Amino acid sequence: MHRHDRFRPGPWTWIFLAILAAGAVVTVLRYWKGLGAVTNLSDRFPWGLWIGFDVLCGVALAAGGFTITTAVYVFNLKRFQPMVRPTLLTAFLGYLLVAVGLMYDLGKPWNIWHPMVMWNPHSPMFEVAWCVMLYLTVLSLEVSGMVFERLGWTRALAAQHAVIVPLVIAGAVISTLHQSSLGTFYLIMPAKLHPLWYSPYIPVMFYLSAIAGGLAMMIVESRLSSRALGRGLEMPLLQSIGRALLFALGVYGTARLADVASRGVLPQAFSGSRESLFFLLELAIGVILPMALLSFSAVRRNSGRLYGAAVLVVAGLVVNRINVSITALEGAQGGRYAPSLAEGIISMMLVGIGVAAFTLAVRFLPVMAHVEEPELVAARVESAPLLEPVPVRS
Amino acid sequence: MALTPNPTSRALLFDVTRCIGCHSCAKACKEAHGFPGTGEETELDAITYTVVLDKGSDRYLRRMCMHCDTPSCVSACPVGALEKTALGPVTYDASKCMGCRYCMVACPFGVPRYEWSKANPVVRKCDGCIGRRKAGKPTACAEACPAEATVEGSREQLLAEARRRIAETPGKYHPEIYGETEVGGTNVLILSPVPFDQLGLKVGLGTQPLPNLTWAALSKIPKVVGFGCVGLSAIYWITHRRQEVAAAEGRGKENR
Repeated sequence: MHRHDRFRPGPWTWIFLAILAAGAVVTVLRYWKGLGAVTNLSDRFPWGLWIGFDVLCGVALAAGGFTITTAVYVFNLKRFQPMVRPTLLTAFLGYLLVAVGLMYDLGKPWNIWHPMVMWNPHSPMFEVAWCVMLYLTVLSLEVSGMVFERLGWTRALAAQHAVIVPLVIAGAVISTLHQSSLGTFYLIMPAKLHPLWYSPYIPVMFYLSAIAGGLAMMIVESRLSSRALGRGLEMPLLQSIGRALLFALGVYGTARLADVASRGVLPQAFSGSRESLFFLLELAIGVILPMALLSFSAVRRNSGRLYGAAVLVVAGLVVNRINVSITALEGAQGGRYAPSLAEGIISMMLVGIGVAAFTLAVRFLPVMAHVEEPELVAARVESAPLLEPVPVRS
Repeated sequence: MALTPNPTSRALLFDVTRCIGCHSCAKACKEAHGFPGTGEETELDAITYTVVLDKGSDRYLRRMCMHCDTPSCVSACPVGALEKTALGPVTYDASKCMGCRYCMVACPFGVPRYEWSKANPVVRKCDGCIGRRKAGKPTACAEACPAEATVEGSREQLLAEARRRIAETPGKYHPEIYGETEVGGTNVLILSPVPFDQLGLKVGLGTQPLPNLTWAALSKIPKVVGFGCVGLSAIYWITHRRQEVAAAEGRGKENR
């Protein structure tokens, strides 16, 4: 732990603390005076930034968790093992923050447990509520290995290893369900959602774009952890993720364009309307530009350029989810919605808490154990064999 | 069958040609629910369940919850706080609500309102005077109308009455009944002298209940779970079997 002891607050730390302080004020106002006092939400726009960004983007960008665990434990692509823990950590924190974000957005957050006992299986919101609860449980069991390992609880760790494959399969199925079900929310409003986004296949679009977003986040968080730990990136692995991202974007982009074209609304993309511009923006920065970049091996081989392409994908996904939840509804709702400063503060606070928690976890838990200096790993393996990377079948 | 609008449920018929724009209905609604206000508001809100809108040329249109036969809000609500009663009205139980506001987003008519300024907010919309209905009385708005522009009755009675009015005076009415088939039928029916879009009513909503669209996706869940679990387990078995075989063959070579 010698290296982790030095901690000097940099400018980001101060910015984070300032946002945290502002967030505390907003929190008090929100619970004391109600949603109207701090948000720009209205009867026309009952859903705003907290749903569009905190929930829809938070869940989509956490999709890496089920993608990488499925690749490693089910498809047996063992060389991606080093990416499992950081990605799971991101997913776990992501979902946790989605839950925290919901505590702000729900009008009666103290009733958040109601879907457990008051059932409506016809509601996609009901399904998402259950999936998020179940998947948070799965994720906490999946990340518990790191904690057990850190605490030296070998029996607990062994027990966790024993159930990891069923957990991974459950996680993949649950994720497939709720990633797409966030899109299912919008199936019920064919007359409200702009045709560039409304499609019977919107659940599929949400699912495919989340997989691409999750892969992009692996590259982004890898950069984050290398910054925090001062360690180089595992370039061969990241290159492979880059290739997978290129493929995932290809599948999503093709599906999206084919869908828009088959519904005969492609000409609307070039009408010059507000919606068309946001549609083009979303596709350009989220799909076309990063695909063009990633198709060059010179981009995939360079950690900085790869990071740049991944950031574009993440930004494009954010624009897409904001488009679905806000831009595409503005025409039918007859008005505009822009988030208030307070809404922005809470969203930034959640992102900041996520980044801070990730950075701290990387310092204090064996998250990146597999990219540590070889002699450190060797020493550990000798002293306690169970602290080895989670074996799939030993 | 469940999807057919229930003919015996209680409904309202609003006739634009009869409305004189006196706002008696909106005032009566305010009184019945104990809400402050004049009844002359022009926008629904948390304490205004119905409004009378001046559409020019001496035409007035009422706006309120349409009490759909297969309501989007009811299907959207994750906790079943909204309910389509057999009696007709769509009711709301604040004690179940968790405040996700999906009902507001889902409603094709944009009716539900929220108490944005409250720390413990609830969804607000016309409750179809469910208490009065249960007691066999008409809604407060229908009872208050001096011109019989809003009348209460069973859905089948009111549809027959509407058809009778259209047939009786050819040319007086646009020959359709708004709410007869819209989104699978509603329990508020509207007769208009002009095409509905000229009054600002939403047209092109289709005749299919909108919850069917959601169900088309949600009904696939058991399949996704089944195929997902079986498929992934099979892939796990194949990939790890392959590894075992490779390991065994590797050992075999060494032995040789």
